[in-house]
Amino acid sequence: MNVIIVGCGRVGATLAEKLNDDGNDVTIIDKSAEKVKTITSRCDIMGIVGNGATHTVQREAGIDRADLLIAVTNSDELNLLCCMIAKKEGDCKTIARVKNPEYSAETPYFKDELGLAMVINPEYATAEEIARVLRFPSAIKIEPFVKGSVELIKFRLPVGCKIAGMSVKEVVMKLKCDVLVCTIERGEETYIANGDFVFAEKDVVSIIATVKNAKDFFEKINYKGNSIKDALVVGGGVITHYLCGILERSSISLKIVEKDLSVCEELSNRWDKVVVIHGDAGDQELLREEGVSNAGAFVALSSTDEENILLSMFAKSEGCNKLITKIKRTDYDSVINRLDLDTTVCPKSITADIILRYVRARKNAKGSHVRTMYNIVQDKVEASEFIVEENSPIVGKPLCELKFKSEVLIASITRGNTVIVPRGNDIIQAGDAVVIVSGQLGLQDVADVLK
Amino acid sequence: MNYRMIKRTLGWILLFEALFFVVPVITAICFREWRELWHILLAMSACGVLGWICAFVGKVENKSLYAKEGIVIVASSWIVISLFGALPFCTSGWIPNYIDALFETVSGFTTTGASILDGATIDKFPKCLLMWRGFTHWVGGMGVLVFLMAFLNLSGGRNINLLKAESPGPSVSKLVPKVRSTAGILYIIYAALTVLMFVMLVLGGDPKMDVFDSVTTAFATAGTGGFTNHSDGFSGYTSYSQIVVTVFMVLFSINFASYFFILRGRFKEAFNTEVRVFLGIVVAAILLITINLQLTSGYTYTTGEALKHSAFSVASLISTTGFATEDFNLWPAFAKTILMLVMFVGACAGSTGGGIKVSRVVILFKGATHEMKRMLHPNQVKKISMDKKVVEHEVVRGVNAYIGAYILIFILSLLLVSFDCADLVTDFTAVSATFNNIGPGLGLVGPSGNFAFYSWWTKLVFIFDMLAGRLEIFPMLLLFAPATWRK
Repeated sequence: MNVIIVGCGRVGATLAEKLNDDGNDVTIIDKSAEKVKTITSRCDIMGIVGNGATHTVQREAGIDRADLLIAVTNSDELNLLCCMIAKKEGDCKTIARVKNPEYSAETPYFKDELGLAMVINPEYATAEEIARVLRFPSAIKIEPFVKGSVELIKFRLPVGCKIAGMSVKEVVMKLKCDVLVCTIERGEETYIANGDFVFAEKDVVSIIATVKNAKDFFEKINYKGNSIKDALVVGGGVITHYLCGILERSSISLKIVEKDLSVCEELSNRWDKVVVIHGDAGDQELLREEGVSNAGAFVALSSTDEENILLSMFAKSEGCNKLITKIKRTDYDSVINRLDLDTTVCPKSITADIILRYVRARKNAKGSHVRTMYNIVQDKVEASEFIVEENSPIVGKPLCELKFKSEVLIASITRGNTVIVPRGNDIIQAGDAVVIVSGQLGLQDVADVLK
Repeated sequence: MNYRMIKRTLGWILLFEALFFVVPVITAICFREWRELWHILLAMSACGVLGWICAFVGKVENKSLYAKEGIVIVASSWIVISLFGALPFCTSGWIPNYIDALFETVSGFTTTGASILDGATIDKFPKCLLMWRGFTHWVGGMGVLVFLMAFLNLSGGRNINLLKAESPGPSVSKLVPKVRSTAGILYIIYAALTVLMFVMLVLGGDPKMDVFDSVTTAFATAGTGGFTNHSDGFSGYTSYSQIVVTVFMVLFSINFASYFFILRGRFKEAFNTEVRVFLGIVVAAILLITINLQLTSGYTYTTGEALKHSAFSVASLISTTGFATEDFNLWPAFAKTILMLVMFVGACAGSTGGGIKVSRVVILFKGATHEMKRMLHPNQVKKISMDKKVVEHEVVRGVNAYIGAYILIFILSLLLVSFDCADLVTDFTAVSATFNNIGPGLGLVGPSGNFAFYSWWTKLVFIFDMLAGRLEIFPMLLLFAPATWRK
């Protein structure tokens, strides 16, 4: 694919490097000659110095031949302008990073009216990531599908788990849970689950389910570490704001510590259920008073990395078990990992990952209808989301009558707002969003899963 | 320094050279030159075996090529390819002295076209070796490593270091994101233009321009080299052939990126400042020489002839090819001075030609006027720009350093060459002709002369000058700088 990236900051540079490694033709545009020089001497990509929101520069970068333009400069307005010009100049998909909440609230308009393929808000994405971790704190990985209505959750069966020794069929029958077991990793081997597969202790299991069903499932199998009821959040910035919104209707209650009184007032006015504390989180007594040691989770979202790291370490020493630390710079990743900080979130890395996943899905799906694609097990098993078309051969027949290839699993069907965990009698209709788990990589179309 | 990766790349270079020898082998078979065939096959197998050992024996774990390795690879591969390329001339006995053979080969690869062969020898030289001489021009024109990159998938993003070290010009930019595709596109344009020229020469109906001559002439013009198959240079060919060669000499000295932009319909970028200035210089020089030839008494050219000869000579010298239809050594002093000036200016950056390069001259001029304005307004803030783009300070600095090194090496070479007791004009133009990769100079090394009379020591100086000129000085200097080899 021909990809043009506007803005050579951390996200732009990461994307350029990864996309180039994937074998795409990457051109990067930035105003700073130095930044362009650094990245072009490190990877085999083309660099252009100039303002990416001008059509002359975009033409120089070959917008007429580009498949995708990603605008990740520091300015929202510039990013949106880049995408609009690109849309006008060439026939390519466009992705814009938009930070301002006022703009990101307009996402549907950008997509429908201005033709952007994707609008990504790093803070919102980070808040979503934090919310996912809070819901399933011991999950290894949680990936959203079908706009977040379905999640793919990967976790390790603990020693002495109730379902160890039971087969997949038994678990579903006995527990009456609407979840779909996708893959089981045991040692080096990866299995795509069929009904007769028997669980063992320490297996790494991936399931696909709606948020609510997954919660049920974890309760029924007595999966510990799934019981976060409250979280102590430091900092009342944009991410906190989004986090409040996402968790508003969940059972997790938030307590926010913020220095700035006006921010405190704003937060407490906007979100009724949230407890807002006015005070300096650097004050250890204050944190103790607010019960840092008993909190289900401690989330450090202040504006400086150092403060976040130190606060998390303090919370850990006080006995808090689940830590989430926001870190802006990823340069010291290796050092930070050694600190044993549990979960760290970096808005820029999350942004880059989400864009990367989109590009990979598009690349795998040239001429097909894959919407999202996710590697469940690296290079072995993929989950892909498709929109089923009217004339597709899988429409209109019960699943048990269709002849699927081996190592293929229909993991979920989303029709409108309802999510169906497919069983033998279910029928796929045109327009459904279907998630398919497959050991055969690079599925192009839903029809590819049939024999 | 990643020695293993350097060794491996040099191995690949040798394997490609073995492949290049296929061209003279085919020629030898066509013209039944069996004796020479064996010598070429010998050189070919030497390259093949040694190349295979270097490229495939031993494991290379660290595949990274940094700027330092890039420079060493480029400089040493040009030396290695010349050392082996000289073998068939020497072993077959046609150029018995190895230094002479090396001079001829380096002159070929660097697209200089300076020869140590006298007219009588050239006329009876075997066809296969003439073909090899011509083919070295073609290979050297666009660059050996660019060729390597177009065909091999050298891993890592730092290959741009190789492209930068081998491509002429103050700043090298890619045409498309991937180095490999860029190299491929350059070679496709290069090959297409060469084929077009060959077809035009063959179809011209020139009795002397047979298929063999058309091929070697196309090779020599494409690389802006300048070797000819005849003692009388180009004067024996028809006007049609001469005009075709004139046009193509100009075409091959324009930045190849321009052709890419024309193909993509981006005409504004194709006719950038450098190309416009280059064409301006060509036209002005042709007109001045034509007028000079017409007004000076003692020359019997008609206006048409004067125009044709001056166009041919200007195109030949500014493109640093070095063909000659007339012995311009006998022209009036003004015409000779103009020719000498265009010799130094040279072709456009990113072409196959040599010289200082038009873009550098433009940047130098702008830099000089810029400095003068600063003398009037010491606090004025202004950056040099070209094609409405700011020329980065680093590029300007690079150009200044280049000119400094250029003058220094020029003077040193002149000093070393002067021991041989030729006259000053000969020495001066001989250094200029080799350093700028032109070929013939004035005086004893004029179009009708050759370099044979110089001592072996002076020839080594010329060999260094030719390589330094082709690789834009710094790779050759750095290869011999202790700092490059220090850990």
